[in-house]
Amino acid sequence: MADAAAASADVFGSLENVRKVFIHEKLGRRAAENLVAIEEASLAFGQGDLVSLLGPSGCGKTTLLRIIAGLIPKTSGSVRIRGAEVTGPQPDFGFVFQSPNLMPWRTVLDNVLFPMEILGKSDARARERAMELLEMVGLAGFGAVRPHELSGGMQQRVALCRALVHEPALLLMDEPFGALDELTRMEMHDLLHDIRSRTRAAVVFVTHSIAEAVYLSDRVLVFSKRPGRIIERIDVGLPYPRAPEMRYTEGFAALARRASGALGVLHGPVTAA
Amino acid sequence: MLRALKPYLLPPLGVILLLVGWHFYCVEFKVPTAVLPTPGLVFQAMLEKRELLLSEGWITLKETLYGFALAFVLGVPLAVLVTNSSTLNLMFYPLLIALQSVPKVALAPVLLVWLGTGIESKLAIAWLVAFFPIVVDTAAGLRSTPRELLELARSLRATRTQIFFKVQFPAALPFVVSGAKVAVTLAVIGAVIGEFVGSSEGLGNLLMSASSQINAPLAFASLFALAALGMLAYLVVAVIERLLAPWLPHTERH
Repeated sequence: MADAAAASADVFGSLENVRKVFIHEKLGRRAAENLVAIEEASLAFGQGDLVSLLGPSGCGKTTLLRIIAGLIPKTSGSVRIRGAEVTGPQPDFGFVFQSPNLMPWRTVLDNVLFPMEILGKSDARARERAMELLEMVGLAGFGAVRPHELSGGMQQRVALCRALVHEPALLLMDEPFGALDELTRMEMHDLLHDIRSRTRAAVVFVTHSIAEAVYLSDRVLVFSKRPGRIIERIDVGLPYPRAPEMRYTEGFAALARRASGALGVLHGPVTAA
Repeated sequence: MLRALKPYLLPPLGVILLLVGWHFYCVEFKVPTAVLPTPGLVFQAMLEKRELLLSEGWITLKETLYGFALAFVLGVPLAVLVTNSSTLNLMFYPLLIALQSVPKVALAPVLLVWLGTGIESKLAIAWLVAFFPIVVDTAAGLRSTPRELLELARSLRATRTQIFFKVQFPAALPFVVSGAKVAVTLAVIGAVIGEFVGSSEGLGNLLMSASSQINAPLAFASLFALAALGMLAYLVVAVIERLLAPWLPHTERH
């Protein structure tokens, strides 16, 4: 399927025929037993876009995220961000993981400032920005608190601030709300929309929740089971600003049904077939 | 009201019950003082010989804390080396395990020959028993840094030094601390073993000489002093932990 965005001039990032095989040391490069994590992945997104990688556990979507981040090498294919091939870690990418992974020995503010410290930019302006971010996510006044005093949702908000503090051009999110309860998760969705309206960062968002993918994304890429392959591309097209009400519209339901169909979850249990 | 005081009242009550039981056992069964002195006699000995106990205890405490400090100062860097280099790990880790399998008591006479009957040999034995838990726990801590934190640091192109000091080592601190707590109590044992094998000073020596003179009250008094010393050494480490790592949970793990 041709990717419409790939041809346009405002493409920010693109993947072409990315393939990843985990080579088993003892088997060697050619052995058939080697684990093919990603069969083939091609996609493109513009600046400020949010693309979701939606698929079952173990389909290689997290692996693909790590490849885009430049943290692990791909077996073949090409990953380009702003026209340049990604060959290693990029300091202007932001990361949010499934668990907040805050550092218990640092205060909330110092956790947010961690990237600035590594980048050697931890000055008064950085502190100011960190404070603004904490205020934006509703944690004004929590700067001096240690992470273990916060709830899971609050910790993940801090992790979001940490990912945004160095004004990344690309935000990589690996099932960031997967460990939160339903209500907190819905709050976080609207927070993410709010953040996106204020920054120009593109977002690659890994999830296994169909509703989450549809509600958040400009485009949903549905992955097959291992070996991972993109089996469906859904342009969401729901208008902005997105509001919780949209979850109950027919348009939303149709998109969710399309994703479900691609994932093969509309047939019920296999034994019933 | 009583419920709130429970944690403060019950532990002393346990001690009192034990002492009372001990006293009546000695009196009722006419246990010879040489075998088991009554608690009263032990306390009397503690009072009479308090200066001796304090000065000998000070020597044992020095041996313990110096040995422990040396184990810490050498053990933590060794753990850092073996976790960062697979070559060093393969070369020295099996050696370390082998060293640990040697009974330290068996090494004491050898160390005595090498280092003499002064503080050096006791310090060496205390060091030897404290070294292993510090290396092993620190290494385990350094290996258990959350993968995501390392990736976060790597994605920002952090240097190895930055990763070590800002991520790996602070994350390993709870392990280092629990290793140190085990090590310091072992260091007391090491110092006493050293004093048993050959020494003219320290609580271990006092205990030995009191026993050989069939002065059971003094032997028991030294025993009590040793227990107090062990707790004091542990407390020192616990206080340092509070100062260096105030974010660690207050509950004790051991």
